[in-house]
Amino acid sequence: MAGAVDEQKGRSDAAAPAAIELRGISKSFGPVQANKNISLRVPKGTIHGIIGENGAGKSTLMSILYGFYKPDSGEIQVNGNTLTITDSQTAIRAGIGMVFQHFKLVQNFTVLENIILGAEDGPLLRTSLSKARGVLKQLAQEYQLNVDPDETIEELSVGHQQRVEILKALYRQADILILDEPTGVLTPAEADHLFRILEGLKAEGKTIILITHKLREIMEITDNVSVMRRGEMVASVKTAETSPEELAELMVGRKVLLNVDKAPANPGAPILEVRDLKLVDADGVERLRGISFDIRAGEILGVAGVSGNGQTQLLELLGGYPEKGSKISGSVRMNGETLDLTGTGSDAATRRARGIGHIPEDRQVEGLIMDFAAWENVAFGYHHAPEFNKGLLMDNAAILLDAEQKMERFDVRPRNPNLAARNFSGGNQQKIVVAREIERNPDLLLIGQPTRGVDIGAIEFIHKRIVELRDSGKAILLVSVELDEILSLSDRIAVMFDGRIMGERLPDSTTTGELGLLMAGIVDTENTPDSAGIPPDLKHVEELPQEPA
Amino acid sequence: MDKMPKWADVVLTPLISLVLAMAISALVILAIGESPWMALTTMVEGALGSSYGWGFTLYYTTNFIFTGLAVMVAYHASLFNIGGEGQAMMGGLGVALVCLALPWPHWGVALPAAMIGAALFGAAWALIPAWLQAKRGSHIVITTIMFNFIAAALLNYVLVNILRPVGSMDPASARFPEGTHLPKLAEIAAGFGIEWGKNTPVNITFLFAIVICFLVWVLIWRTRLGYEIRAFGKSEPGALYAGISPVRITVITMLISGALAGLMAINNVMGEAERLLLNSVEGAGFIGIAVALMGRNHPFGVFLAALLFGFLYQGGGELALWTTIPRELIIVIQALVILFTGALDNMVRIPLERMFMAMRSKGKP
Repeated sequence: MAGAVDEQKGRSDAAAPAAIELRGISKSFGPVQANKNISLRVPKGTIHGIIGENGAGKSTLMSILYGFYKPDSGEIQVNGNTLTITDSQTAIRAGIGMVFQHFKLVQNFTVLENIILGAEDGPLLRTSLSKARGVLKQLAQEYQLNVDPDETIEELSVGHQQRVEILKALYRQADILILDEPTGVLTPAEADHLFRILEGLKAEGKTIILITHKLREIMEITDNVSVMRRGEMVASVKTAETSPEELAELMVGRKVLLNVDKAPANPGAPILEVRDLKLVDADGVERLRGISFDIRAGEILGVAGVSGNGQTQLLELLGGYPEKGSKISGSVRMNGETLDLTGTGSDAATRRARGIGHIPEDRQVEGLIMDFAAWENVAFGYHHAPEFNKGLLMDNAAILLDAEQKMERFDVRPRNPNLAARNFSGGNQQKIVVAREIERNPDLLLIGQPTRGVDIGAIEFIHKRIVELRDSGKAILLVSVELDEILSLSDRIAVMFDGRIMGERLPDSTTTGELGLLMAGIVDTENTPDSAGIPPDLKHVEELPQEPA
Repeated sequence: MDKMPKWADVVLTPLISLVLAMAISALVILAIGESPWMALTTMVEGALGSSYGWGFTLYYTTNFIFTGLAVMVAYHASLFNIGGEGQAMMGGLGVALVCLALPWPHWGVALPAAMIGAALFGAAWALIPAWLQAKRGSHIVITTIMFNFIAAALLNYVLVNILRPVGSMDPASARFPEGTHLPKLAEIAAGFGIEWGKNTPVNITFLFAIVICFLVWVLIWRTRLGYEIRAFGKSEPGALYAGISPVRITVITMLISGALAGLMAINNVMGEAERLLLNSVEGAGFIGIAVALMGRNHPFGVFLAALLFGFLYQGGGELALWTTIPRELIIVIQALVILFTGALDNMVRIPLERMFMAMRSKGKP
């Protein structure tokens, strides 16, 4: 077990009691085990990185430490004292401070008011406020944490808001600071400044836990690093003794390769041509920063990447439902014709009419209506199709018959079209979605996480169907966080990081290590993101005629 | 599998809620020194014991069917329309304007026109909250309830300043012309040679209400629009994925909901009062919420729940008339039924579900 490894390392590390010591922490949410028997030792006065993919259990572990969740089993020691952390007040008293990914600040309060919120000294605000003003001045000098105490939060930049969060924790005399994905919302310059602040805090003897999935940050600033994967702590090492390559492999993990029988691709004309696609979401965050790629008929383009790097936005945009309030630019051509990205013809129904099918990332929220019967879900998105309608009314008998046939062909179990979607297992739910989208025979199929939460048998089945569709000359865009799936299904692999395509690789001539580095945002110079993988004859003029918005 | 059988969900749960509400009502009646049994028999006798009682019960039922369906349709799109009261008031205005506009020759001509007027005015009153919700994100619960007050004020103004006949001291419109008077159910029954509840307000609208129950069922479960409404109500991201426009569905659903609430005016304004009164809706818009909840958002359930509330209304009136139980207590009883069947539904449902789950797991090896 990995636990044994890190305990040994931990002991050889330091003689002083650790700031944080976790032993055998487990936590389940229903059938999902978010943390499995986790042990972690964070020595005093160090910066400790915790790295792992989204959903690896990092945030759950930190929430346990901060008293938001109660662990099912295990022991927590803070500075050598065993503690039962039942709520965040206990954690704060023990000297733990947390800076959340999404700040917990009152927008229309001033910095000073936010700092004393929940830590007022008495019924009168004036005494607390003047005390806080003094402390703040001192902290600002000590750690370069300069913020105007009388500015309201809504007037501050994101970087400054984060400083307020750090100041809040320090004001509460935290000497163990947990930062959850702190650079996710920061510009590079702001991130650099944050790192200087963290170095300063460390020099003062504070302990810092940094949760991230960015390898670069880990290498730059941490003393030790622990890697989590699928709820388990798979390794704890000294940063100086490891390399980004090793961490990338540990983070992504290597499973037995799933076997997919597939002939070499026989690509035809380009079906989808995406050029310089940009998307800024409603919060002003750049989700796509100029994406360009082609997919040709009879080809599967796999998009690898840690989730949250723009893949969702790419799928939603192509599928016809980008987040409300997003600003979109760039161009997309489908079968040589321009797709309307922002106008009235940019909705999902129009996309379907243009021959774009979509197996969405989240079948339970998007792909299926869970309370609808299986047969009703078979018409979902295609409920305007003539064969499902009879005059003014829907032809329920026809839909039911179609559902029965699809369930037969895709071996959906139980084969009961009247059962509500929520009563099927994950794999069978996904088969319903896959059957619906593939059997429409779309020119382009968008696929997000086709086998998330799907059992092995269904995975193979779904993979086979995807390859069959490819062999019938269709274009497929496959987005998955499972590298094995990407490697075994794709004909070409594009790696996304932070809204960009970091590079394209061919599955036969790459390794998980190499992909892992690209996924962590470490670019090489050999292959430039745009040109790799697109044969010269298919590259067309970069300046496509601009659509009027 | 589902947590419990359909019959337990649809029949047993509301029944237990009802019995609980009645038990507590009985305690309240005992506490003021009256006999609960006598109260019950008076209510049953008064509401269901004669064709006269039925005549009133069904009249109230008709009102509640319309407002219940209005809440139900919106609920399928996950929209909580609590503006049925205001929409029904405006429906009344629409009916009054149509009925007073022309010397209608026959009710058969006046009725379709009045129905259009009622539906249009009710829908229009729901349009603004719907638009605000769809486009601006203003919560429909807040806006529809505010629109109830605006409707009441507007109606007051229109009745006092525009529709009130010269010389009248009453804030009410003039009587509708003879040709708009709807046939009472008693007259229709008499046509078949059946003697049935004279001088009761129940009229042909009751039959229309039943037809509309069926039409709403078709709309929700048999049309594309109904499919889209239900899909949107279950999952907005799902709707977007499927190419269903949330703005369009929100607006259309609220228009239908408002129109249904507005149609109630055919019963109370055109069918009963035969003129527009200031407070003709009498809270039926709010009762509609309880009716829809208790009817499990199905037209047939709405019909049954409307019948129950019709009974409570008429039985309650009888109770006040024939016993020393004060009028206010009737409101207490009605409130208890709403409380238990509507608000405290989960109090009964969750233990029942547990019971059925336990029974099922015992049944299996």
